[in-house]
Amino acid sequence: MMKPYLLVDFGSTYTKIIAVDLENNYVIGTSKATTTVTTNVLDGYDKAFERLLRNHPEIKECNISGFSACSSAAGGLKMAAIGLVEELTVEAAKRACLGAGAIVNLVFSHHMTKREVKKLVDTDIDIILLAGGTDGGNSECIIHNAKKLRDAKISVPIIVAGNKDSVDEIEDIFENTDIEYYIVANVMPQLKKLDVKEAKNIIRKIFIDKIIEAKGIKKAAEKLGEVIMPTPEAVLLAAELLSQGFENEEGFGELMVIDIGGATTDVHTIGEGFPKRTEVIMKGLQEPFAKRTVEGDLGMRYSANALLSLVSDFEFRKYFEEDDKCNHNIAKSLERRRENIDFIPETKDEEEFDKAIAKICCDVSISRHVGHVEVVHTPLGNMYYQTGKDLSDIKYVIGTGGVLINNSDAKNILRSVNKKSNKKLELRPNNPSILIDRSYILAGMGLLSQKYPKKALKLMKQYLL
Amino acid sequence: MKTVVIGVIGADVHAVGNKIIDYVLSENGYNVVNIGVLSSQEDFINAAIETNAKAILISSLYGHGEMDCRFMREQCEEAGLEKIKLYVGGNIVVGKQNFKDVEKRFKKMGFDRIYPPGVKIEEALENLKEDIGI
Repeated sequence: MMKPYLLVDFGSTYTKIIAVDLENNYVIGTSKATTTVTTNVLDGYDKAFERLLRNHPEIKECNISGFSACSSAAGGLKMAAIGLVEELTVEAAKRACLGAGAIVNLVFSHHMTKREVKKLVDTDIDIILLAGGTDGGNSECIIHNAKKLRDAKISVPIIVAGNKDSVDEIEDIFENTDIEYYIVANVMPQLKKLDVKEAKNIIRKIFIDKIIEAKGIKKAAEKLGEVIMPTPEAVLLAAELLSQGFENEEGFGELMVIDIGGATTDVHTIGEGFPKRTEVIMKGLQEPFAKRTVEGDLGMRYSANALLSLVSDFEFRKYFEEDDKCNHNIAKSLERRRENIDFIPETKDEEEFDKAIAKICCDVSISRHVGHVEVVHTPLGNMYYQTGKDLSDIKYVIGTGGVLINNSDAKNILRSVNKKSNKKLELRPNNPSILIDRSYILAGMGLLSQKYPKKALKLMKQYLL
Repeated sequence: MKTVVIGVIGADVHAVGNKIIDYVLSENGYNVVNIGVLSSQEDFINAAIETNAKAILISSLYGHGEMDCRFMREQCEEAGLEKIKLYVGGNIVVGKQNFKDVEKRFKKMGFDRIYPPGVKIEEALENLKEDIGI
């Protein structure tokens, strides 16, 4: 008797279900329906589930062996990151948020001003991460900011992940107030050393305990069991598992996952990215082994307009195929996509235009994600500073998300991650193999990896093409 | 425990003295934050802010230290580190120059302690105890 296991993703647009047979290790089927968080989130789920049953009569409702669910509905998990120095604790705080699958909507450094606090209060934020100072280092700034947050009677949870020495005083500040706060390990305990594990764990815990309810997904959690993480975190976990392998099941080694969406482009890389040569010296904050960056100005629809402020008309045209004879009106075509976010290309020219947007999203997001080198001329010869990860030896680049997986030319689009002659100082991949998540299972496999890592790994190897 | 930031400024890769300074100061009860070679003024300053350092000890052996150190004090003030002690030592100027003149110039640039070539770190250690305590 087949006992399907269901992996559910309450996405911003669609609620997706993947049914897997864990005994015979294959994907039975997938289905999707529009997400319905504003009314009852279960409506969308039920619809998707009905579709699944209709297309796969072999699935019997009573035989379902279990569920796991993730969510990025209702705007995903929105966070504010606060730190001291921009390149150090502010960056560490941002990386903790991103690594936990959140979107970082606000960032503050040094002493917060009244205006900044007002902005924080006025913005729709789910969790605040407060950092600042190494352990034993500056505690005056984080204490100042904690007082500001208390005085503003902040109503969302605050995670304190700063200088250990400031913890007692901050607890005194928050005591006897209604502020919900959590104290965890410093995100930058020593200079340039990154430690985001505890912060990430607490973010996930708050997400499960509180945010789910606020986002209207509680009903789903009651019916299906816990909604255990934000969707981007599930993708990052899947990528990590696929890279590292599990027990005797080998992984793919260093890899990259790209998800081009309507509003953002997410890039995940797994790997240390250490310098490949001896005359290179690392600069800046330590990089997370599993790194995620999110580009809010790179997307196919909502943020299409922003593209023109990133690339000139002239540069934009370079992204069209050589045999594309259409004289595209770039500004107009972008505006049309921003205004009509459900826009689906119908003609060949529209398709080509979408492809060019996707290539730009890919190219620019990689420029920002990868490390870069700078030459220093010393009396002992040329030396190099490396900031960020060296990803030149990455083996696989995997495309996921609606835009890529439905595009017949996805592999061609993803080739824009490659090393470029005009971007020599960027440590971009050197002709990696490209795979596409055609069945859209990555997030689901991240969920599955929490209970059945080996099966999730095998499925990924099978279904990424 | 008092924190000090040490490092080698500019396009200078001399690491041996830097390691010795790190060792001696750590052995003598300081929390040493060593940002290593090829460090910029911003690297020193950012490190000092986050770690709440009381002094910055800049090394330079390749002769261009005077250029690399220009406006260091002003940058510190700009970053809110008005009280921080600034030390510099090594071959900090081009060629052989009268040290008294060199010292005068660096004092004018806002450095608190300036050391000529060949000074033992123990001397700076005594000054450090005097200036910021242990």
